[in-house]
Parts: sequence; C-alpha cells; structure tokens
Amino acid sequence: MKFTSVFDIIGPVMIGPSSSHTAGAARIGRVARDLFGRQPKWAKIYLYGSFAETYKGHGTDVAIIGGLLDYDTFDERIKTAFKDAADAGLTFEFITETDHTEHPNTARIVIGDENTEMSMVGISIGGGAIEITELNGFPLRLSGGMPAILVVHDDRAGCIANVANCLAKHNINIGHMEVSRKERGNMALMVIEVDQNIDQLILEEIERLPNITKVTRIKN
Amino acid sequence: MEVLFRNVRELVERAERENKLISEVMIEQEILMSERSREEIMDQMSRNLKVMEEAVERGLKGVQSVTGLTGGDAVLLQKYIQSGKGLSGNLLLDAVSKAVATNEVNAAMGTICATPTAGSAGVVPGTLFAVKNKLNPTKEQMIRYLFTAGAFGFVVANNASISGAAGGCQAEVGSAAAMAAASIVEMAGGTPEQSSHAFAISLKNMLGLVCDPVAGLVEVPCVKRNAMGAANAMVAADMALAGVKSRIPTDEVIGAMFRIGQTMPVALKETAQGGLAATPTGKALEAKIFGGAVLHRD
Repeated sequence: MKFTSVFDIIGPVMIGPSSSHTAGAARIGRVARDLFGRQPKWAKIYLYGSFAETYKGHGTDVAIIGGLLDYDTFDERIKTAFKDAADAGLTFEFITETDHTEHPNTARIVIGDENTEMSMVGISIGGGAIEITELNGFPLRLSGGMPAILVVHDDRAGCIANVANCLAKHNINIGHMEVSRKERGNMALMVIEVDQNIDQLILEEIERLPNITKVTRIKN
Repeated sequence: MEVLFRNVRELVERAERENKLISEVMIEQEILMSERSREEIMDQMSRNLKVMEEAVERGLKGVQSVTGLTGGDAVLLQKYIQSGKGLSGNLLLDAVSKAVATNEVNAAMGTICATPTAGSAGVVPGTLFAVKNKLNPTKEQMIRYLFTAGAFGFVVANNASISGAAGGCQAEVGSAAAMAAASIVEMAGGTPEQSSHAFAISLKNMLGLVCDPVAGLVEVPCVKRNAMGAANAMVAADMALAGVKSRIPTDEVIGAMFRIGQTMPVALKETAQGGLAATPTGKALEAKIFGGAVLHRD
C-alpha cells in the first residue's frame, strides 16, 4: 500500500499548478532540509524524466527551493522562493539529466554547507505523495508521510538490537523498519518509521550507543 | 497494516454487509490507519472542503494565469447559464463552470485542494457545488461526498495510478471524474453498488486519455479536460441512478486503466512531447512562453 490515507487522495492543500511537480517537489525539498538538519548554504538539483522535461512550467524549481527553505505545500511564499533563497544565503543550480530512471518524476538533491554535504533521491509518485529512494548512496524506501529516524551505523552485530531496545525503553512503537548497506562490514543505514515524533534527547541517546555514527529524523 | 478494503469489491461488500455508506467505511478505515479520532479526521476534511469552496468562488470572479493561456472561462460559462440559452442543462453547466473555475485558480498558482491531483482538482468540487443546489445536503453530507470520492481514489492510487507522468490523464481527470460520479450517487441516495457502477461507467469513458500539456503547463488542455470530467461524472451518475450497470466489474476497469497507462508512450505521459503539446500551435506557444526566458513568477 503506497497510499495509506484518504488525505493522500483528497489533498494536499497546495499552491498550484501541479501536485506531482509542485506539491511533491516542495515535499522532496523539505524532507532533504529536514534530513540535513538545518538550512543548507548551497544546493545542486538534478532533475530526471518528466521533472526534467517540464520543470519550468510547473514551478518544480521554485517548489524544491521553497521546500529547502522549509515551506509547506500550501505556503504562498513558494512563488518567491528564488528571491527568498538569495536573502537567506542559499545558492543553487538546476541540472537536467537525460538518464532513464525507474520513476518519471525523480530528483537528486545534493546540499551542503562549509561543514558537510548530503545527497538524496526523491520521487513524486502522484497526488503530491513522495518517496525517498536513496540517501548518501544508501538505497531506502521512505514515505516522508510518517515520522522516521535514520541511523547511520557500522555494519556490526547488535547495532539494530541496541537501537530497538532504546526505542522500546521509551515506549516508542516501530511501524516499519529497513536496513541497507553498500557493502558488508562497512557502513549501514537503518530507516525506522515510528508512530510519533521523537524527542531530541532520545536521538542523542541513540547516537551515544556503540558503533552508531549519526542519527537524523524526519518530523511529520 | 489493517485495511478494511483493498479494492472496490471489498469496499462495496463491506458497506452493504454492514449497512453503511461508502463514506462511512472510508472514515472508519482512516480512524484505524491513522489512529486519529473521528473528530480530527472530519475537521481536516472540513478544512479541505473550505479550500475547495474558496477556489470555486475565486475562479468564478475571474482569474488569469501567469502565461495568459487560461483564465476567464468560468465567468463566460456562468454568464451563458444566466442567459437561459444553455442546451445541456443548467446543473450540468454549473458543474462544468465550477470545475473550470477551480482549475483556472490552480493554473494561476492559487491555493487548491488536490483531488486526487492538482491537474484534476476541479472535477470533484465542481460537481459537488453544482449538485448541492439541487440536493440541499447538510455540511456533513458535503464532507462525506469527499470521503466517498477518497475511498474510490484510494483504491485507484494503490492498484493503478493517479499520476499523469505514470498513467496519462486517464489516471488524473479519469480518476477524478469516476470518483465524483460515485460521490454524486451516494449524495443522491443511491446504493454503494450504484456508486461502483457510476465509477466504472465514468472511468470506462476516460480510458486511454493522454497527458499532453502544452509547454508542460497544467493549463491547456487541462482546464477543459476538467470541464468534460465534470460533465462525464454527472452523466455517469445519472446512468447508474437510472439502473444502468457496467458489464465489466469496476476493479477490472481500474486494472485496464493501469495496464493502458503502462503501455502508453512516454511522449503522452506529461512530458510535453506528443499530442496537443506537439501541434504547431502547441509548439509555437511553448516557444513564446519559454523562448529563452524563464517565467517571471512574482
């Protein structure tokens, strides 16, 4: 079930003109900012398929930048996102790609500042709903519609149990969980969708567990 | 994950077995899946209804898109209705004009509620605010109209597609028209099974509809496709209420739509490469709009 709520169908409330290309694009940008954890200083946005063909007319570009500025789908400021980005010190460029991707509406967002950078791939699956399919080279499947935590860790026995125990201790229920890795014994990524937004203190507690590199969250 | 229905057959069977409206089954499933209260869910849909109403009102006053390709047709249609010269019936034309109004607002980068998408956002509210004048529904019935549309749309989204890039316009305006047809039937007092037939009759007549927007903009032909989507929904609802049945079961119609979308050429799936986008005038408009200049969006 890709779509789980009636409000995926009757909704979102949004600025026109396109649910996939405007609302979905804004959501992809916003999730990227959420995962980065702060306002990035620069952004390179690679567009594929229908995104690449029609982004100018749909406001896909202003919507993604709006998302990176933390604007929601119905935020009227999406229209002025380019100007707002300049005021906020965010430089950006759009690159259209001709490679074939599995989904026609695909964007790769690379963002960063003087300290770090991050790469994320998002797809807009229709009606404004999105999925995140890759983060820093790790394949994953994340809806962005539920709160989630993402844990980068060493690929060692016991890591998953430690994180699960920590969540259990705080009475947090796991709705969906995936683990992916680029190669065995190296780095791995846990994606855990949960029922409620998670407190910063719990994230810090997970980060202190052995073999954990980084913990980020997506708020609902 | 606990779901009450995965397809239209299960949706209709559950509604008829428990003697409930389709909208009620959708509300109950939303309560189960989101773990939110009925009140919260009804409130959220009520807010969506308000957004739809405001968009219709704004469009009926007359709007223009940034490109100037669309705007003002809803006003023309309303004037024509008031002239008393309408041939296809004032309620039908009212639905058409309100669907157009919503999509003209969308094209002008105004605020709308996607149903199921922005490009097809006119059909469900257009029909709702037209039949409202004849059926005099309560506010709750108007909210239920949206849940019924949502229930059918939910099945389409999970078993086929509601994206023009993935399935063509049949997935967008096609889905919207069929969803609206099912909702009209429920509001008019028809049975869940009649809603299902209305949905099937409507979608059958949208099969194969391509997504070929001029310059890639959600304007031409999207606004007029919403007009016809509203008209299609009204007629399909009337047919089902008259007792007409779809020979092909609704879920199989949805399956057919999905497979047609999969085999549809990419040029006809929201890439602005084929169909109306590729006509001489379509190409000329594209050159005029994007001729080296990026749209100014202030």
